[in-house]
Amino acid sequence: MKVGVITFPGTLDDVDAARAVRYAGGEAVSLWHADHDLKGVDAVIVPGGFSYGDYLRCGAIARFAPVMQEVVEAANKGMPVLGICNGFQILCEAHLLPGALIRNHKLHFVCRDQWLKVENNETAWTTRYDKGAEVLVPLKSGEGGYQADDETLKELEGEGRVVFRYVGDNPNGSRNGIAGITSANGRVVGLMPHPEHAIDALTGPTDDGLGMFLSLLDAVVSA
Amino acid sequence: MARVVVDVMPKPEILDPQGQAVANALPRLGFDGIASVRQGKHFELEVADDVDDATLAKIAETFLANPVIEDWVVRRVDA
Repeated sequence: MKVGVITFPGTLDDVDAARAVRYAGGEAVSLWHADHDLKGVDAVIVPGGFSYGDYLRCGAIARFAPVMQEVVEAANKGMPVLGICNGFQILCEAHLLPGALIRNHKLHFVCRDQWLKVENNETAWTTRYDKGAEVLVPLKSGEGGYQADDETLKELEGEGRVVFRYVGDNPNGSRNGIAGITSANGRVVGLMPHPEHAIDALTGPTDDGLGMFLSLLDAVVSA
Repeated sequence: MARVVVDVMPKPEILDPQGQAVANALPRLGFDGIASVRQGKHFELEVADDVDDATLAKIAETFLANPVIEDWVVRRVDA
């Protein structure tokens, strides 16, 4: 099973995302921002970092990269897509997910291990978790405040599309403590925290993040 | 060539932590009486004469501003 990992100028976490794919038993395929094809991958990860220097708005320029046109088209046909941190911002800018991410409410860049509650374990990326389980993964972002209007928020909550919620103090002012959400079909997931940094207790706070990549393998194999 | 200005501001209902930080700093600097500050972006575009208003509107809506969190105004100004 092939999972594409996109690299934009300024991407940081593509190497860890590819490593997480391999840990889960998949084959990681590097995708370059200027690529016009997805090289036959079964799913795509848009990793974290500072694509195009975060100029204009986080993700605003990456959204127009050639490879993102392909990702949007594939996602609309049901391909699983995961956006982590800057990747989440890019998926929002690309309208694959609703809402937007703004500066953390206290302006500080937050870098810490963060407990999250799994609210939805039926997406392509979260079936390996128990609903209501709490997981510990790194959070490292300066613009992680999730914003959406009241109507969108009501829709997300009503349809169970909040995937992860922050446990304890809200680290960045996200509305309803939202850390991650999913598309209506449960195939596209975006979150600010970093599951790819928590796949082995040797190098991360836990291996709690690995479940996302194992879930994807299940989803693709059973498809 | 024509000069076009696009002003982009966070929507009133959206939290503006940067504007708040500026507002909070003013009293510390000895400036009183500033009730609030909101921070946005100001773009100045030099555009060819054949670029029409519809195109400018599209540039602002799809790229310079994010309609989910921001309002924007496009205006042509005398160079």
